[in-house]
Amino acid sequence: MTGKLDLDPVLVARARELARRAGQPVVDLARSHTTVSVERAVLRLAGVTGADPDGIPWVNRLVDAVVADVGLGHGVAVPVFDALAREGITDVTLLAQKAAAGSVRFALPTGRAATAARSAARRAVGAGVRRIDRRRAERDRLVTRHGDPRQRPWIYLIVATGDIYEDIPQAQAAARAGADVIAVIRSTGQSLLDYVPEGATREGFAGTYATQENFRLMRAALDESSKELGRYVRLTNYASGLCMPEMATLAGLERLDMMLNDSMYGILFRDINPVRTFVDQRFSRQVHARAGIIINTGEDNYLTTADAVDEAHTVTVSQLLNEFFAHEAGLADWQLGLGHAFEINPEVPESFRLELAHALLARELFPDAPLKWMPPTKHMTGDVFRGNLLDGFFNLAGTLTGQGILLVGMMTEAVVTPWLSDRDIALQNVRYVLGAAGGLHEDFVPAPGGFIRRRANQVLGEALDLLERIGEQTLLTAIAEGTFGIMKRPADRGKGLDGVAAHEADYCNPATDILEAAA
Amino acid sequence: MSGQIVRPYGDTTGDGMVQVSFTLPVAHDKRAEGAAVQLANKMGIDPAMVVHAKPMGDGFTFFVVYGRVNHLVDLDAVQVVERDFALLSAKEVNTVVKQRLRRKLSVVGACIGTDAHTVGIDAILNVKGIAGEKGLEYYRELKVTNLGAQVSVPELVEAARAEKADAVLVSQVVTQRDAHLRNTREMSAAFREAMPAGRRPLLIVGGPRFDETMTDELGVDRIFGRGTTPGEVASYLVHALITQRKAMA
Repeated sequence: MTGKLDLDPVLVARARELARRAGQPVVDLARSHTTVSVERAVLRLAGVTGADPDGIPWVNRLVDAVVADVGLGHGVAVPVFDALAREGITDVTLLAQKAAAGSVRFALPTGRAATAARSAARRAVGAGVRRIDRRRAERDRLVTRHGDPRQRPWIYLIVATGDIYEDIPQAQAAARAGADVIAVIRSTGQSLLDYVPEGATREGFAGTYATQENFRLMRAALDESSKELGRYVRLTNYASGLCMPEMATLAGLERLDMMLNDSMYGILFRDINPVRTFVDQRFSRQVHARAGIIINTGEDNYLTTADAVDEAHTVTVSQLLNEFFAHEAGLADWQLGLGHAFEINPEVPESFRLELAHALLARELFPDAPLKWMPPTKHMTGDVFRGNLLDGFFNLAGTLTGQGILLVGMMTEAVVTPWLSDRDIALQNVRYVLGAAGGLHEDFVPAPGGFIRRRANQVLGEALDLLERIGEQTLLTAIAEGTFGIMKRPADRGKGLDGVAAHEADYCNPATDILEAAA
Repeated sequence: MSGQIVRPYGDTTGDGMVQVSFTLPVAHDKRAEGAAVQLANKMGIDPAMVVHAKPMGDGFTFFVVYGRVNHLVDLDAVQVVERDFALLSAKEVNTVVKQRLRRKLSVVGACIGTDAHTVGIDAILNVKGIAGEKGLEYYRELKVTNLGAQVSVPELVEAARAEKADAVLVSQVVTQRDAHLRNTREMSAAFREAMPAGRRPLLIVGGPRFDETMTDELGVDRIFGRGTTPGEVASYLVHALITQRKAMA
């Protein structure tokens, strides 16, 4: 605790304990279930690549074939490697092709065959995990060579053309103009695809499809930029939606540096089944932990649907839950880009002081996490002049409260996808504020007993009350009843539920075994 | 009132002053500034003053131009969709529905197609509402079903049937490649196909990029543009489904 708000350490410890109590049943649920996407991620680690002529990935075809023969609850690793041995082949992608053609049957081996399949699966998946380890070591080398950004917060910019070959020059231009982190926004709708598209793509709606090849192309382009600029430019994408575990795996394999990965976003905003989300999320976070990827959580989204003053404490609660789930999955504090946002209605009296109180509360509660500070969107109206002023105050709040990652706000938010000039004006705004007041956080200590301290302590108190209530009913019930972001999401509804199965007694997932052994 | 001609106002009536900004794909030099003046002239701005020119990235320059525009605006020739219904309070809406419809008015809302932006539909439907105005869920006499994002058109038709919808509200934010227009046409065609004319719910679309005059082209009953409030939508529902219908019968 750095002590700018005089938070009661007993209350803070109590809040973490309540978050653990609320989150533990969800972890238990995640540990006892699997999903089609978790199993596909295992196959990707084991080396299955590519897609059929219709663009359906071979991992999907293979998982579907295994599920049709023996179900999902045993995990696909053992049936797949048993079939590989029986077919006398070594190439898992070839097996997927044969399975899709209907020429392979899957079974649950016993005795010696089962032992052999388990160890073959573990060897293959282990090779995939080692590839992720090598990419992480490569990042460490490049950061040492080129260096980290010279200032905090890191400046985070978005590109979103729909065409990877348009995104690349835009991302490189943004890096040259000062961006430290580039996020490639995904095509609208990808979160609800139950497969990961293949190859380089040039057609997306309001964003570019996340594919392994697009990841590779953009990372290679930003490696060039890093060399040119003398600082390591980071790349971000999304581990959210129905394919969270696979996205995390592909990000690890292609050395992405940050991934959006919220514990509840998919449930609340995409109506994805809660159980599916929590199972997928745990696996994806285990992969992120191994890959040295910084996750960005999505608390900013709650404030776009709920009121940023009345519901400020739900952000704190969600941050505490995200922290618990992240630690449980093996992520370290430096990997927790916990989200929050500047979304209070500017017409509210003292709105900026309220923003400072909320932002500082997050800073003090999570002193070692690189908080992700999100710009105003809800109250951006099309009045671009007022919007630019609001973004300036957002930048000021970011530097005053020591935020780690600052997503650059656009004055044309809610008007157009950012133009070249919008991005330039926005970066000019950030540069001015960081240049003029970059060290002001040293001097910024809210007065004892003053408005900001009182407000921060009030929000913490409300967060504790909510956590106490969740503890009495369980997190799944709270989500079902619309506690977060107003949306009501019962556990037996939502998209992707049919891809969830409870573990059978002989469930085997070599990836989880390896990732948990290391933790 | 006829012959209402106006010009933009800077600081004197009739001065015609405007301010524009744009980017040209030209490196910044004297020629680039001349190019900006040429563009401004062609836009009807004459004289045009380039007050700011700044290089942006490789081979681009951003300009701010002030100048006098020589176009005139004829207010009589302006065409807009004026609100042709009375604005009612939530209480008045509830009273009319209760007394004249004598059952709850059923509203089904969704974002269709790949559009995942529920801000619009949520602002209109969620209790929370927008700009201090409560959403339709708050209206006691309205039964609201919010299907959320990325709802397929068949799902929407099915839900409208199941909920015996009096009105269907569709929100479209994403406009890339005119997705909002395509999705809306697909939606209205599906309802025409699935239900006979007298049994179809009122079809309403909303979003920041719609042209409110395009109802016929899109096959819907009403289009709401940016800045629409839940109260306006509720008032329109009462007007179109109860007040006007009774008057016509």
